[in-house]
This record gives sequence, structure tokens and C-alpha cells, in this order.
Amino acid sequence: MAIKDEIKKVVKKAADKIDEAVEQAAKEANVITPKMAKIPEGPLEKKWTNYKDHQKLVNPANKRRLDIIVVGTGLAGASAAATLAELGFNVLNFCIQDSPRRAHSIAAQGGINAAKNYQNDGDSVYRLYYDTIKGGDYRAREANVYRLAEVSNNIIDQCVAQGVPFAREYGGLLDNRSFGGAQVSRTFYAKGQTGQQLLLGAYSALSRQIGKGKVKMYNRHEMLDIVMIKDENGEERARGIIARNLVTGRIERFFGHAVVVASGGYGNTFFLSTNAMASNGSAAMQMYRHGAYFANPCYAQIHPTCIPKHGDFQSKLTLMSESLRNDGRIWVPKKLEDAKRLQAGEIKGRDIPEEDRDYYLERRYPAFGNLVPRDVASRAAKERCDKGYGVNNTGLAVFLDFSDAIQRLGKDVVAQKYGNLFQMYEKIVDENPYENPMMIFPAIHYTMGGIWVDYELQTSVKGLFCIGEANFSDHGANRLGASALMQGLADGYFVLPYTIQNYLSDQIGVPRMSTDLPEFAEAEKRVQEKIDRLMKIQGKRSVDSIHKELGLIMWDFVGMGRTAESLKTAIEKIDAIKKEFWTNVYIPGEAASLNNELEKALRLADFIEIGRLMAIDALNREESCGGHFREEYQTEEGEALRQDDKFSYVACWKYTGEDSEPELIKEPLDYEFTERKTRNYKA
Amino acid sequence: MWLKDSSVGRKFVMAISGTALVLFLLFHGCMNLALVFSEEAYNTICRLLGANWYAVLGSMLIALLVLVHFCYGIYLTILNRRARGNDRYAVSGKKEGVTWESENMLVLGLVVFFFLVLHLYNFWFKMQFAELTGIHTGAFDPQDGAAYVNALFTTPVCGQIYCVLYLIWFCVLWLHLNHGVGSAMTSMGLNNETWQPRVKVISTVVATLVILPFTIVVLYYFGMGIGALL
Amino acid sequence: MDGYINIKVRVWRQAGPKAQGHFETYELKNIFQGASFLEMIDILNEQLIAEHKAPIAFDHDCREGICGMCSMYVNGHPHGPDSAITTCQLHMRKFHDGETITVEPWRSRAFPVIKDLMVDRLAYDKIMQAGGFVSVNTGGVPDANAIPIPKPKADEAMDAASCIGCGACAAACKNGSAMLFVAAKVSQLALLPQGKIEAKQRAKNMLAKMDELGFGNCTNTGACAAECPKQVSLAHIARLNREFLAAKFSD
Repeated sequence: MAIKDEIKKVVKKAADKIDEAVEQAAKEANVITPKMAKIPEGPLEKKWTNYKDHQKLVNPANKRRLDIIVVGTGLAGASAAATLAELGFNVLNFCIQDSPRRAHSIAAQGGINAAKNYQNDGDSVYRLYYDTIKGGDYRAREANVYRLAEVSNNIIDQCVAQGVPFAREYGGLLDNRSFGGAQVSRTFYAKGQTGQQLLLGAYSALSRQIGKGKVKMYNRHEMLDIVMIKDENGEERARGIIARNLVTGRIERFFGHAVVVASGGYGNTFFLSTNAMASNGSAAMQMYRHGAYFANPCYAQIHPTCIPKHGDFQSKLTLMSESLRNDGRIWVPKKLEDAKRLQAGEIKGRDIPEEDRDYYLERRYPAFGNLVPRDVASRAAKERCDKGYGVNNTGLAVFLDFSDAIQRLGKDVVAQKYGNLFQMYEKIVDENPYENPMMIFPAIHYTMGGIWVDYELQTSVKGLFCIGEANFSDHGANRLGASALMQGLADGYFVLPYTIQNYLSDQIGVPRMSTDLPEFAEAEKRVQEKIDRLMKIQGKRSVDSIHKELGLIMWDFVGMGRTAESLKTAIEKIDAIKKEFWTNVYIPGEAASLNNELEKALRLADFIEIGRLMAIDALNREESCGGHFREEYQTEEGEALRQDDKFSYVACWKYTGEDSEPELIKEPLDYEFTERKTRNYKA
Repeated sequence: MWLKDSSVGRKFVMAISGTALVLFLLFHGCMNLALVFSEEAYNTICRLLGANWYAVLGSMLIALLVLVHFCYGIYLTILNRRARGNDRYAVSGKKEGVTWESENMLVLGLVVFFFLVLHLYNFWFKMQFAELTGIHTGAFDPQDGAAYVNALFTTPVCGQIYCVLYLIWFCVLWLHLNHGVGSAMTSMGLNNETWQPRVKVISTVVATLVILPFTIVVLYYFGMGIGALL
Repeated sequence: MDGYINIKVRVWRQAGPKAQGHFETYELKNIFQGASFLEMIDILNEQLIAEHKAPIAFDHDCREGICGMCSMYVNGHPHGPDSAITTCQLHMRKFHDGETITVEPWRSRAFPVIKDLMVDRLAYDKIMQAGGFVSVNTGGVPDANAIPIPKPKADEAMDAASCIGCGACAAACKNGSAMLFVAAKVSQLALLPQGKIEAKQRAKNMLAKMDELGFGNCTNTGACAAECPKQVSLAHIARLNREFLAAKFSD
């Protein structure tokens, strides 16, 4: 017996040594191992349970002594802030808008996925997991996605308990609709306002905690830097933020034992996107500059159903919910001459007879038809328009037609389902979609890439967490419709409030720190210097004019179809824009007051960096996957061609300095549990 | 006290006092209608409602209701003007479905009140008041209401002017009630999606029912007066 | 068909909360009628920046009519003369060539001006904090389908819940009352079994907060519902009154 134990001990020692050596070697080779990513042991469906069973917790008395900063009040931020406060932590919550309820999660229209299987159509946690992994073109982490699918059901329960008015059937039970990339109906919705209703649910939970004094809310505050303080081992930890009060222009300091960033995506790099005007990537860039890896920046989602662009003065693009593809059919004319006449405004869509219409999605993808995932639908639209079949004056639009549905279901049913979307379309385009098919075109909508986080949603910086769209974790190279809401709320309600405790459990001895510490002063000084530098330029160009130029470059060279050459051109052009910005931007007014232009300039400075990073990443990734399409890598039929042997990894970019190129760190994606296939939506 | 301190409480007081006054007016109108059929019947009612304790009590209650409704109206307006802030809109557009009377309830109320004072002087002062105090201010027996009505509305020229003034009063009252009745129902919580248009109709019907008997009586005497002139 | 128009814009300029405000008139040429109203203001701001003048401060964010941030009183109407939309969805095709458009901030004591067209709507947040929620913590809730809710009720709750908290109701109300905003939330939650439990307390707390913050008294004119970009119905105000009175009488 004793010998057996002895042998076991030796073997274990040896195994540990090997592990250690592997980790060390991985570190030197710039590779992130599953252990570094803190992925729990065990079979896929047990990982999250295992984690929760063995993680460290913070007891209630100690929770009161810990402050957590949450930046952002979207689905992820608001739900996290509320839940952390409910648990007993002190929360400081920041948002740039005038109220937490305005965060851009509010604009999501279609719905939220969950594996409830209320429709008895064969849904399950595994199927939701599988659809998400497959929809993401096998570029997401298995363990994270499975956890997401697992907690999806809790989200629906939670929201219903909060009074979110989801759509119901006449029997009083919840209704579902179908979304792209799935063959089951698992999308819960609240009219065309699902995002708004879910956010209001989270906002109400947050409001309750603000009322109780557990959350201190800072409206109209923008984070401009993170404060890092070394612990007794000399390791840097995130300990606070520097924020600018957008009303007074004052720079303020805030301490927290941990910092959680939920600042959303960076789609506005393209200037024109479906994001809100104030959505920005600056918080992500601040994390990046402090050593958090930026993962897969090139994965940006182009949403197929947006209202086409109509002029240079345009400030944003409006999304029409993906749910429209449930009943709407997408087509362009079969004949080029019809397209030409449409472009010249001589005829309208309804004038083209049925036999001359090319329902190209149904033609190319018989199994999924109009409900193929977003990346596929967008590329197909681009392909048709590139060939000259576009249907509006710019030639950059396709039809989304409801005449079939109106005939089949009647105008009333269609109006009940999509009335508010139709009304929105009519207000913007001034054309009645009941009579003439809608025109749509793809637009930048969501960024799957973001700050790298481990299984605990902690970045590569200690004490700095990143949740929601701002992180990279769950959608791989392409996100399925109705999954963004799911991820935001999963992170905020059900994941971070657990995992952050694993970090905080050994921070209970750390006292609240004074914001007079030199680290805070230094961070504030850095921010102030950057602002002063911007204000001093006093050049000739407005912030928006430069941003629009950046956006055009991004769309033309880092957009739906990328090539090595276009990306190299993009990098050159972005460098030129950077120079132009830092020498020729004009910001009116004072820095120490409400100054919209200064806010925009600070954000644009970061968009320029993000744009460059996106191009670098896209250039590195010599394959096509999900939202990232390299024209050199496609099948004969024009489908995305992955290079699993070379690029099955998360590309993490590490900041190395203002003027040096970022360093690439890889997190290999070894698909242990799921077989990787070429995505096929044809049969 | 929530009836004074909360906005819905204040609305509720307005609604209750207003509704009670509407009920009183309906009764008053029916009583007046008697004049058209028989002056004798009318005078019988006048005698019933002379200086009896229940009539006096009723009068006092009504006076109290008017006072409460009036004071709350003024109080609400002051609060509401303050809530509006110091800067006013330079341009104010017509809002769909918003009636003129609903935005001018105080003005309408004040006009109604002004006429009420005149009306009290014309009748109550000479009838119930005279009966109670014994100070005879009118030409007729305080219990002979019909004679007072006749004198006021049929005396040439002056009577006709009174008729017109009273008719104007009824119009103003109609406007006040056309919003007031529905508003009171909403304030008491008696409204919903389905009933919204119905409440509007009810409001108009009640307003019309209230002024109808009064108008008939005045028109009747107006006709008599004109007939006598010719 | 959308064309190009020349317009004058008369805008309220106010340097700060305490500063004296005034109107300034700007000329704009060749504005495409397909542009949104806020895009027109963008163009005007670009023009001002080019002239090294202070751009107009205004609130806006999603620009698709849902965030509730934009808040302009255009030609005498909150969110402008079109119905059932927010300012960001108002398009220049609603205006004609040569027109002078007057743009003002929300004016209500509870919404003080911060700068130009930007107002402080913190009051609405405070009302929500007073009771605009169901007191449930995360986790430990029953299955979503455990309590069936009749579709008409769920639909009506949804209609109430569609309020975006923009403040147009209080801005349009001659009494500066926030009743429609409060009613929308109270009504939504009172209609659902989940919210029923706290319905009385909620009505009392939210209303008390509204009164405390200096909003006016509702006189049922209906201006709020007429101007509401989400067409929240006046019927919800009746429900709020009912809830509140029931709560008070049962005390």
C-alpha cells in the first residue's frame, strides 16, 4: 500500500512538472493553454457545474467591504451591477448617456435565444450550443459557448419574473419565433423591442439597487483610463478608473477592488453602422494599452437587413430586425436590364413579374433559404450587387419582399407581427412596404472580436473583467441572431457574479484605497495631457469629417470582402489618417466644460487604432471564416474557406507601445467535443 | 393628508366635488323644468326647499363643494404653472385630440363662478336667504320663485339680456363639463382602453343633459318675453 | 420625391444651467429632404465648427427611435410635427422650402436645461428608483411558463412597457406632469401577476416621488398621449389612479 502511494506521489510530481514545463514553454511560445484560460476540467456539460462547485466565494460580511466598478449599463453592465449589488458588494456604475436605460442594447429588436424547447421542436442545450459554435464557424471556445447555452434558460425565467412582457400565445404561455442559423423556434421576443424590454428589466433591477444605495450611479461619465496599482508581490492589478464628467468636463478618480468593463462593441470604427452615435471602443483600447489582449479584432458582423445608405450626410444606418426574414423573401431581378431600370428609377420592384425574380438565398441555400446566418446572407447580397443586380439608385440594395406573406397570412397578421418595423421603414424611406418590397443592404452591426477573457471573464490583466459585446468570448467568427442579448445577460446575471468572487476571495484583506495615491494622480495626468494635446492642435478639420474618411476606408478595404492587398492599403491609409487627425483636427470650446467635439475626438483617436488593429488581424488571418472573408480563400461557389490546420486559434494582440507593432499571442482552439465541419446551409 | 399632498389625491378631490356638483345641477335642472309645465308645481318645490333644515344643510353642503372645487382648482393651477418652469415655449403647436376646454378649465371655471355669483344674487339672495334672515330684498314673496323667474327673464329688454347672459353661462358650463365629467371619471380610475372613447361620449352626454333643462326654461321665458314685446 | 430645400433654423442657445438663454437663427442651404432632422442639425454643427463657433449641444444616441435620448421641441411639438416618432426619426420631408423651424429644449421645472437643447432628465431615473421594479433578486425564480398570462393582458402590458422615458409627455403637458411616464410603468407591472404583489406600494412610491420632484398635477388633457412617440395610451393613467386610490383606501 505504502509503495503504491509512493509511486502515485512520484507520478503526480512528475506530471505536475510536465504541466509546469508545458505552461512555461507555452508562455515562451506566446501560446495560451486551456489552463491559462482557466477552463475547468471534465466533460463539456459538467464544466460549469464543476467550476461553481469548486470556486472560491466571498462571505456576506466581506462582500460589504469590497467595491466593484462596472463601466457600462447595457444588458451586461446593468445586469452585472444589479446582481453584484444584490449579492452585497458595493457597486459604482458608470454610463455615458443621461440615464442607464439608454445603453444601445435597447436597440435590439428581434429577440433572445434560449434552449427552453417550449415548442417541442427538438431543441436542447446541446443543440443551442451546437448551433452557436457552428454559426460562429468553429472559432469560439467550446466551454464558454456550452455555458452560455446552459444559462440561457435561466435568463428567460429571470426576465419573466422581472415583468418583461414577452409575447404570449392565447393559452397564456410564451411564444417563440425562428431566427437565422437555427432549425428550431427558440427566440423569445417582446414585439419589435426585445432589447429595450430586456434592458428595462435589468435597468429596473439596477434602479432598485440604486434606490437602496448599494449601487452608486454615475450618469454622463466616460471612463478615460484604468488605474493600475502593484500588489505586495509586485503584480499590477486594476484598482480604479479615471472618468470625465461629461457635463462639467471635470476629470474624476474612482477606486474599486475590481473593474468590470461592459462597454459594448467597436462597430462605429466604420462611422456608418447600426451602433448608436456614442457607442465606442475607447474602453477596450484603454484595457488593451494596459496589457489586456485584444482578441480577433477582425471579426465584425455585417448585418444583412439594414436600410440602405442614402447620402453623404448620413449619420448612421438603421437596422431592420432579422425576424423579418421569417416571412420576407429576399430577391433581385434575374435580368440585368431590369436592375438597370430599377437603378434609374424607371420601374419599381412590384413591376417585375415573379418569373423574373431571383430569390438567390432560396436558390443557393435550399435548406435554410432566407434564414441563413447573417454573414452568409450579407455576402450573398454583396455578390449580387457586385454583379450589377442592385435595386436602388446606388446599386447597393436588394429587395426584402412581403407580398407572399401578405397573400398567405393577410395584411393584418403581417401588420401585427412586423407593423412597427414597417412603420419605421416608411418613416425613413418614405415608401410603403406593404405595397412595394423593402430595400435592404448589409451594414456593420456587431463586433464578435473584443478583449480577450478567460473562462472567468477576466482579462489578461488581474482584477480587470470584461463582459458582453466588449469581450470576444462566445460568438467565434460570426454571431447568430438573438444571441447578443443572450450573451450580455448571461455574463451579467449568471456568470460574472460567480466568477468574480474567485478573484475577490483573496482580496478581502485589501482595504479601500485613497484616490490620492500617486498611481491615481499619474493616471489622471496622462488623461489630462492627452486632452491638452488634442485641444492644442486647433487644425482645420472637424472630428466627424475625419471619422467619415476612416469609415470609408474601413468599408472599402476592411469590409465584407478583404484581400491581402486591400488590407495593406488600409493600414497605409489609416496611418495617414492618424497623422491627419493628430495634426489637423479642430476642437472648439473648452476642455473643462461640456464639449461634445472633445468627446468625439477622444473616441476617434481610439477608433483609428482599432481600425488599424482590425486590418492587422485580418491580414494575419489567411482564411475565410464567419464575418471575416478573405477573397483569396473561398470555394468555387464563393463560400468561405476555413484553414483549420493553420488558423484554428484565437488571435490575441498584445500592446507593445504607441509606435510599435502589436505582438501576436495564440490561444489554440482544440475542438475536443465537437467535430468541425464546413458550414453547410444548403441541405 | 394624501388628499392634499398627492397629485392623484388632489385630482380625486376635484373629481368627487365636481361629480357631486353635477348631480346637484341635474336635480336643479329637473326642478326648473317644472316651471315650463306649471308655476304652481315649481312653487311647491320652492316651498319645500325654503328655510327647512334639510334645504339649508343641502345649501351649505353645496356651498362647501363649490368652495373646495374652486380652491383646489386655483391651488392646482398654481402648482401646475410652477411645475411648468419659468421659460415658456416660444411656439406651441396644436396637439391632436386635445380639446381647447381641457387646457382652459380654470378660465371656464372662473367664468362659471362669476355667473354663479350673479345667479345667487338674482335668486338665492332673494329667496332662501331672505326667508332665513327675514330681510326682504325682492319685490315678491320669497317662496314665490316662479314670480322671480318671470320677472328676471321676461321684463322687456333687461330680461332678454339676462336670457342671453344665462345662455352664455350654460355654454361655458357645457364646455367645462364636456372635459370635466370624463376627466373626473379618469381621475377616479373609471376608464380603460376600451372605454376611452365611450367616456368621451358619456362626458358630452352628461354635459348636455345638465344644461338642457336650464336652457329649455330660459328659452321658454325668452320666447314669452319676446311674445309679450310683440 | 425628396428634393433639396433651403431653411432657417431658430435654435435656443443657452450656455449653461444658470445662463440666460436666447434664440439664434441660422440659414441652411440645400438640405436633402431624405435627411433626418438630427442629420440636418449635424450639418448645421459642421457649418458652425467651420466658422469656429460653438456647435449646438443636443442629446441623441441610437438614432433609430428607441433609446429616448433625443429631446427637441420642434415647431411647438416634442419630437416635431410628425406623429409616433422621436426627433431622430423626423425627416426633412416634413418641412418645406423657405420655412423657419423653431427648435427648443424640453421646458419643465423638473427638466432643467444643461446646455442649449440638452436637458437633465435624472428625475425620471429617480421615479424609477422609487418603485419601478419587481423586487426579485437574480436566481431562484420559477420557470418562465409557470404562470400563464392571458395574451390580452400581456399585450397591454407590452404597450405600456414600450415607453422609452424620453420625457416628451412631461414636455408636452401644460401642467408639466409626468403622469403618463409613471402610469406606463405602474400599469405594465400591475397588469402582470409578477408585479401585482407590490402594485399598491409601487403606485404610492412612484407617485410620491413624482410629486416630490416638482412635476405638476395631471388634468387629463391628453397632450402627453397625443405627443408620445410610442403612443402610450391615456388609459394607463386611469389604471394608475385606480391603483393609487385602491392603495390609499385600503390603508
